Amino acid sequence: MKAAAFDYHGPATVAEAVALLRESDGMGKAVAGSQSLGPMMNLRLAQPTQLVDLRFLGELRECRDEGAAVLFGAGVTHAAIEDGKVPDPSLGLMPHVAGRIAYRAVRNRGTLGGSLAHADPAADWVNVMALLDAELILAGPDGERSVRAGEFMLGAFTTVLAEDEIIKAVRVRRLGPAARWSYYKFNRKTGEFAEAIAAFVDDPESGVRRAIVGAVDGAPYVIEDASALIDGWSDPAAASALQAAGLVPGSYEYQVHRVALRRAAERLSRPNGAQQ
Amino acid sequence: MKQVNLTVNGKAVSALVEPRTHLADFLREQRLLTGTNIGCEQGVCGACTLMVDGVPTRSCIVYAVACEGAEVRSIEDFDHDPVMTQLRAAFSAEHALQCGYCTPGMLATARDIVTRLPDADEERIRQELSGNLCRCTGYVGLVRAISRVLDERRNLAVA
Repeated sequence: MKAAAFDYHGPATVAEAVALLRESDGMGKAVAGSQSLGPMMNLRLAQPTQLVDLRFLGELRECRDEGAAVLFGAGVTHAAIEDGKVPDPSLGLMPHVAGRIAYRAVRNRGTLGGSLAHADPAADWVNVMALLDAELILAGPDGERSVRAGEFMLGAFTTVLAEDEIIKAVRVRRLGPAARWSYYKFNRKTGEFAEAIAAFVDDPESGVRRAIVGAVDGAPYVIEDASALIDGWSDPAAASALQAAGLVPGSYEYQVHRVALRRAAERLSRPNGAQQ
Repeated sequence: MKQVNLTVNGKAVSALVEPRTHLADFLREQRLLTGTNIGCEQGVCGACTLMVDGVPTRSCIVYAVACEGAEVRSIEDFDHDPVMTQLRAAFSAEHALQCGYCTPGMLATARDIVTRLPDADEERIRQELSGNLCRCTGYVGLVRAISRVLDERRNLAVA
């Protein structure tokens, strides 16, 4: 199908973008690569009357290595992360994930910030950023504020972003040199949205031992201390995490998420990046 | 209507477009470049894949108005492209198409595989092709055709 009619704006500054969103009175949408919103608009599931295109904002494509963290402009594409064109604070986790988002033609245009703002529970970055406890920097009419990735998403396609706010950047803390990670997503077809996602990070330097259960009804469920699943598998610990994630024992969804969690836990003992 | 300035197949183009017109419709209906085929219009089937600023892009989920300053190359612009010439011969030799509907998008993706991933093996080729649906060939011919071009180029590099 074709998108419903809308007005298009290509602002040159973040302030201008925010002002345009404010003027749109809730009927505007920010867009960057249009790889998530584009399909939704063509299917008329989304019908914004104003489209505010952020792709001409150079500052959204800048990345900065801050030493202890990397600050990613929200407009960085999945392909740039996949190809290592931007610094990697995650010992290969982010390039690994980026290279498995949808298809290359989509990754060439789709952006980190766009995927987060879209907040599809089955997409990758909402899950990975919660796992890495990233910090999202949001820009609005009153300046900037920052939100932890685990608190950004309120539900499926729903976030704390106000109607006149955009994601400007994402700060990801650097993993310690001995950190291990694993990421498992269950897809019936390469590149489609995941049926289930599970991931672990175990960083002896910072003491972080976190896991997530993702591609659930809403925001990913964060297991802040996943030691019970990292130091040998615990059925009761897994069951309690899966139920806390809103999954009903015995259902198909519970089963695939349990398998994903188990496989992600097993893969934690493999070298980073030797995942599939 | 909005004004957009871009390059289409090497020619500077200035056009008035409805913001809701996606790039594939713009090319087909305003520029009469009908080599780009439209399938699902939701970014899944890959039929409309073409090159924007040198990289494969879904033209059905990119609005023409968002292509200000972009360099767009559709299948019509690849007649004399050396990689495409090799790919066309290989597609023909290996039966990599039947009805031909997916072919322009397949060629765009195939060219990207050949140029970006010179060491791609069969598994990698299949992964990369997952974003282009072909309902005729079962992909065997497609994988063979792309492998053939990769081999040809490797042999050429050695010689």
